[in-house]
Amino acid sequence: MKYAYYPGCSLHATGIEYNLSARAVAKHLGIELWEIPEWNCCGASAAHNTNHLLALALPARNLAIAEKEGLDVVVPCAACFSRLKATAKAVRESAATRQTIENIIEMNYSASNQVKALLDVIVTDVGLDSVKEKVKRPLTNLKVAAYYGCLLVRPPQLTEFDDPENPTTMDKLMEALGGTAVDWPYKTECCGAAHSTTKPEIGLKMINDILYHAQLAGAECIVTACPLCLLNLDMRQKEVEQRYGIKYNLPIFYFTELVGLAMGYAPKELGIERHFVDAKTLINEKDLLRHPTTRREEA
Amino acid sequence: MEKLQLNETLKNGNSFREYIQKHSNVDPSSCYQCGKCTAGCPVSFAMDYTPRQVMRMIQLGMEQEALSSHTIWLCACCETCSVRCPKNIDLAKVMETLRIEAKRRGMVAERNIDLFADLFLNSVEKYGRVHEMGLILQYNLKTGQFFKDANLAPTLFKNSKIHLQADKIQDGGAVKRIFQRVKTQGGEG
Repeated sequence: MKYAYYPGCSLHATGIEYNLSARAVAKHLGIELWEIPEWNCCGASAAHNTNHLLALALPARNLAIAEKEGLDVVVPCAACFSRLKATAKAVRESAATRQTIENIIEMNYSASNQVKALLDVIVTDVGLDSVKEKVKRPLTNLKVAAYYGCLLVRPPQLTEFDDPENPTTMDKLMEALGGTAVDWPYKTECCGAAHSTTKPEIGLKMINDILYHAQLAGAECIVTACPLCLLNLDMRQKEVEQRYGIKYNLPIFYFTELVGLAMGYAPKELGIERHFVDAKTLINEKDLLRHPTTRREEA
Repeated sequence: MEKLQLNETLKNGNSFREYIQKHSNVDPSSCYQCGKCTAGCPVSFAMDYTPRQVMRMIQLGMEQEALSSHTIWLCACCETCSVRCPKNIDLAKVMETLRIEAKRRGMVAERNIDLFADLFLNSVEKYGRVHEMGLILQYNLKTGQFFKDANLAPTLFKNSKIHLQADKIQDGGAVKRIFQRVKTQGGEG
């Protein structure tokens, strides 16, 4: 199973744990990742909100490089996934758009390759049964709130992935790892994206709502598939606690980190020690490292 | 909001309504004002007009009010409204179209949000990728909040989550040329 891999800017910086854990887990599950050489930023919401054509052209260059290689593209970041997928759809549906884009990027691109979220590849292409078979250290007694956010599941005609109101992919994956996914109402509520930087009074309230409801549902940690969601919930958690006078102390994980842990990787190999909110205490409390076998040699 | 003469407003509002329809591919007239967009909007608590009210403004041709609203900048593009609309109106696309038009006319109600997007794209144009450290430094400098989030920096550095050097790509200017071509083509897509 070989895919072109589009990490996106965050995975080379603030989302470094996502990159480390995604690569480890992919290798372990038999997914070969070919990182798109010289990939460029997808433009994120900034391009999307500034110029429609730029928002299509920036992702198209990456997709065209992958298409030349004959590979489908796998994307860990939910926001990049949404932008790349939107471009593929626009090019597929309109010959005029395709021509405009090809002229701008100076490459052929017919959108013959698929764009998939990494979560989808692991749950659907690899399959939960195969994942289950590889679990060495089940996440027994760990109560997890699966947080999907916005762009992984919305709008569904674009993402073609899970249910936009009540997605369950990540919940099922957590159950396959032996954990318990809590039932909670904020799994698709927006974290405010960059509002935590540009409009903190708005962004921090949105983050607080999510943390509050996860805790209320009895979750001991939150699991995400988006580097900006993780940054908001993890890096800003202390600020939110101070502002709202509530103690959360909720570790936030990338789903790949929990898959990696369950497969026997050490927290350090997955980047778990790089979080703002300490996750090691919870991991030890739940005795999740009780059989410290490293599975790298099997990958 | 000032009082409106609805007959006149409706007559004069056609061109704005048509403009939005053309650029967003959404027919604003099909909105029957049920308010489901607003009920689900996670940012409506901070908006000056609700998403439903902005749709009504477009229907009535109230372009000044719509374009100068804070709402169009505070929209987080989370798509909840678009997914839940019983008339399949892509409200997020309408908000995006209004924001692009407001910027074109120099009517930016939320300077910092606009600045952040501009600095983000400058970084992409320059390096091909976003240099997060440079983006935040420039943003703080230009908004006069020199020490905003400075307390987070040591941990970010320690964990290699931010870098002084930008992650540049050696693409022979391909990304710069994408920006240039989009500029010369006007870029409404």
